[in-house]
Amino acid sequence: MSNWEILWSARDQFWRGFFSTMEIFGLSISAAFAIGCGMLYLLEGSRPRLTVPLRVFIDGMRMLPFLILAYLLYYGLPAFDVRLDAWWSGVGALAVYHGCYFAEIFRGARLTFPPGQVEAAKAHGFTKGKMFFRLILPQIVMQTRPLLGNQLIYALKDTAFLVIITVQELTAAANSLSGTYFIPTEAFIVVIGFYWVVSVVMEIIIKQCGRFSAKRGFDNV
Amino acid sequence: MFEKNTSEQTASEKTVPDDAARTDRTAVSIRHLSKSFDGVEVLRDVDLEVREGDVVTILGSSGSGKSTLLRCINWLEQPDSGSIHIGGQRIGVNDAGRPMPVRELAQVRARTGMVFQSFNLWPHLNVLHNVTEAPIYVLGKSKAEAEAHARELLEKVGMSAKANAYPSTLSGGQKQRVAIARALAMQPEVMLFDEPTSALDPELVGEVLAVIKDLSAEGYTMIIVTHEMAFSRAVSDKVVFLDKGLIIEQADPETFFTNPSTERVRKFLEREVI
Ligand SMILES: Nc1ncnc2c1ncn2[C@@H]1O[C@H](COP(=O)(O)OP(=O)(O)OP(=O)(O)O)[C@@H](O)[C@H]1O
Ligand SMILES: [Mg+2]
Repeated sequence: MSNWEILWSARDQFWRGFFSTMEIFGLSISAAFAIGCGMLYLLEGSRPRLTVPLRVFIDGMRMLPFLILAYLLYYGLPAFDVRLDAWWSGVGALAVYHGCYFAEIFRGARLTFPPGQVEAAKAHGFTKGKMFFRLILPQIVMQTRPLLGNQLIYALKDTAFLVIITVQELTAAANSLSGTYFIPTEAFIVVIGFYWVVSVVMEIIIKQCGRFSAKRGFDNV
Repeated sequence: MFEKNTSEQTASEKTVPDDAARTDRTAVSIRHLSKSFDGVEVLRDVDLEVREGDVVTILGSSGSGKSTLLRCINWLEQPDSGSIHIGGQRIGVNDAGRPMPVRELAQVRARTGMVFQSFNLWPHLNVLHNVTEAPIYVLGKSKAEAEAHARELLEKVGMSAKANAYPSTLSGGQKQRVAIARALAMQPEVMLFDEPTSALDPELVGEVLAVIKDLSAEGYTMIIVTHEMAFSRAVSDKVVFLDKGLIIEQADPETFFTNPSTERVRKFLEREVI
């Protein structure tokens, strides 16, 4: 049997790893997006007692290597009697880490949001919450779309780190196959293919969304 | 005829200052309004009554406080002292004399409609949805009702053909007409215009002024800051002149433009009306 035939016969293991990666990625990136939006909303208030610690937290996260955060959640939290299994530690770490990146991307766009639009909303009787969710957030998301797309790819790649805290995902599948049959090159080439395909599909989807924003005049911003 | 009648009533009620703000004939009542920015007084003890159905234009040179006055009326700017009543309800301060809770403030604000110099349409929404957004999400109207009303208003401002277009594809004049429809959709008791044509190319000014003239003919109450003298003269029931934060002249347009009582206004008109 050639090395490729060995991998073909073990294809179920790859598929399981792939679906596990997609599950982790889908869940954590959705949570990260929600966290980013939530943080932006909290930053809207401009009460320094809230915004200063929040910005310190966001920057602290962004300046932290992802792997260390994952280690901390998995190995460090039990010291405080909080025990998360590997899977939830991984999802939680990804969600919080990329949530902070999302928040920072949104915050940057919020700084250049035209104040006249906010005044128009106030003049039409909007209160903060409705103004944020109906008028500010949709525009900020459309405007930052290319950066968000980039962040999705970073997050996808970061899921591979979770092999180190024993999460059974795609990279872990390749790792175990390469160890069992000693065929690291082929096993990892297959995995690279999976990551590339997912990234390319995401790029295409983001491009499609670009048309939606371009129609609204958002592509020159 | 009807208008004459109301003007006499209001005039007689003016002698009772505290009640004047609460008659249902007065759309906007401003008392002793003062405002400063960084220690510089921008509005000084401004008093102004706007009756229902009246069109008041505010003139004055740049920096005289016209925008600030308009923006105080819907509390986009908070005055330092004085009071503003809209349809008899005080804005910004509740009965106990405290700052109004945000929800209540939003409700009083919604009784005014504002049109900005730079349009400020919401670019991610098409024309129709720009107009229906606030009625649905602020007034709680049904989508169907809001859209039916929006289409009527777009018809009125001559923009129904562009209902599905996005703001970025419109000319300045078209944007401003949509902004007018958007403000009207809230069924405000008074419309506030802050130099609605100042950001427009000269050839687009006319279409916007024509819409505002139509509104005045329909009896809308409006307060308009403008530099268009001929328009002010044609459309106003009252012209107000601001100079360094003081109202130095208030008169009907004929008197104001032909026989102003202050030297300052005479100078201003000589420069503006060539
Ligand atoms: N937010 C602000 N902070 C500080 N100063 C302000 C602010 N808004 C207005 N001012 C100052 O208040 C004065 C009056 O401004 P305002 O915008 O009301 O004038 P205006 O009559 O509308 O002038 P224009 O015709 O140029 O629009 C100006 O000197 C201006 O610089
Ligand atoms: Mg101004």
